[in-house]
Amino acid sequence: MEAHGKVLKYADNVDTDVIIPARYLNSSDPKELALHCMEDIDKDFVKKVNPGDIIVADKNFGCGSSREHAPLAIKASGISCVIAESFARIFYRNAINIGLPIIECPEASAGIRDGDDVEVNFDTGEIKDNTSGKTFKGQAFPKFMQKIIKSEGLVNYINLK
Amino acid sequence: MGMTMTQKILAAHAGKESVASGELIEADLDLVLGNDITTPVAINVCKDIEKEGVFHKDKIALVMDHFVPNKDIKSAEHCKMVREFAKNNEITNYFDVGQMGIEHALVPEKGLAVAGDAIIGADSHTCTYGALGAFSTGVGSTDMAVGMSTGKAWFKVPAAIRFNLTGKPGKYISGKDVILHIIGKIGVDGALYKSMEFTGDGVKHLGIDDRFTIANMAIEAGGKNGIFPVDHVTEEYLREHTNREWKKYEADEDAVYDEEYTIELDSLEPTVSFPHLPENTHLARQSKDVRIDQVVIGSCTNGHISDLRAAADILKGKKTAKGVRCIIIPATQQIYLDAMEEGLLKIFIEAGAIVSTPTCGPCLGGYMGILADGERCISTTNRNFVGRMGHTGSEVYLASPATAAASALTGYITDPRDL
Ligand code: SF4
Repeated sequence: MEAHGKVLKYADNVDTDVIIPARYLNSSDPKELALHCMEDIDKDFVKKVNPGDIIVADKNFGCGSSREHAPLAIKASGISCVIAESFARIFYRNAINIGLPIIECPEASAGIRDGDDVEVNFDTGEIKDNTSGKTFKGQAFPKFMQKIIKSEGLVNYINLK
Repeated sequence: MGMTMTQKILAAHAGKESVASGELIEADLDLVLGNDITTPVAINVCKDIEKEGVFHKDKIALVMDHFVPNKDIKSAEHCKMVREFAKNNEITNYFDVGQMGIEHALVPEKGLAVAGDAIIGADSHTCTYGALGAFSTGVGSTDMAVGMSTGKAWFKVPAAIRFNLTGKPGKYISGKDVILHIIGKIGVDGALYKSMEFTGDGVKHLGIDDRFTIANMAIEAGGKNGIFPVDHVTEEYLREHTNREWKKYEADEDAVYDEEYTIELDSLEPTVSFPHLPENTHLARQSKDVRIDQVVIGSCTNGHISDLRAAADILKGKKTAKGVRCIIIPATQQIYLDAMEEGLLKIFIEAGAIVSTPTCGPCLGGYMGILADGERCISTTNRNFVGRMGHTGSEVYLASPATAAASALTGYITDPRDL
């Protein structure tokens, strides 16, 4: 499994209220949620994002509410992977459970710039910044989590069990 | 190696002698909780699960609290969807308008969470029941769906931070001041992925509502759960509210903690979190020049009866400042009724406040008290992120009920001791 795309970069503590504001939570349709993804932190996100793009953020990405609408909106907007220094724990498990790949890597979070072209290999955890030529070693997932992500989420994983 | 209180509960629910931090386990659940925002997503996920039905019709609680009574057509459709799901699956603990309350106040009140339980809820403040000595944590809708179907959830066993509470809090110092102080100290990711275990001599001076408030905001420090030891205060509460058997777990003497903090309750002062993060704490007495437009007293954090009593104590016989809108929301129907019988509602209304039916409402910027650009609110809720209560240019200041009520009287952030 791999991801490849242009980077959209954000700072510390990007919370689920700005990823998908509560005023849109009267919908649970991922496509509709994606139309408002990141709206309160980056009005142009929806215009800028292309399929395959990668979000890179600093620490505690996804803090706040447990709304799964947040990773769903990000996934439905076309983002292929989120790299951060650290993730808030509910966001972390939600992302895995719905099959949105995420990687913790403080070095990548510090070294990658907005707009860089980046490739991620999920099997090895290797992150390659083609713009700067740097590579970073992200945390590879424990096997159990890799299985969930590969089954495209917890539900398929349970069904297969 | 010794286990923490949380690790012991998890080991018991995973059918293991012992567990260690970092270990991935599958645990049996005593309760799976959802609300009107997260349950519809979970119901959609359930459709993809091949196994039919739910694992146990008494061990699921569905509470319609965020946008209820429904604020618009879409939220009405969501509630309808949950109502039908509850009916089809014969869910015993479905709470709609008339029975509902804010989930984290309602679940303990109905006796659905007890000491020793393992609970997940598709709401981040599910960590509240740690006040009763349970392991409870917030998850997403997929976890909820799988939990409803199988009665199980996967966990990475957390490491822990121990908070040793000492001394007795002074007048007007509540659980909210304790937890805001702690978050100010360790930061919004200070307990990331970890348990926050509260112990020490000071615990006995905290009533059950104060403990609910403290455990409730563990998530605001990034914590997986917050947990209190089971003592006579807990047991008295459980005896009054439930017929279920409970189990008291205690941390081993040689349990390992990543960090330890001592919190001197007697030295705490009324504390306020400034925009836009709960860790941005200041003392109320040093925040006097912050003018406010709105006051909200309520939410799963501070909508308990003792919170309303604290507010009434300050508002009694007085008037809210001109230009300040004061919204008071009892967290459950029972609390509403108790407040009425104790005469608190009269005090609020005579002071110029409004009193609402139980709802999350303004706490998440849902409805009933949305802020315009540039407006400021002092609120007893738990989050002050950008746009949390309305316009992205509005501001939320988090405080205790006493501080919020004192501020309603002056129109500025006010230390209740200065009135
Ligand atoms: S009161 Fe606020 S924090 Fe509590 S459950 Fe409702 S929206 Fe969430």
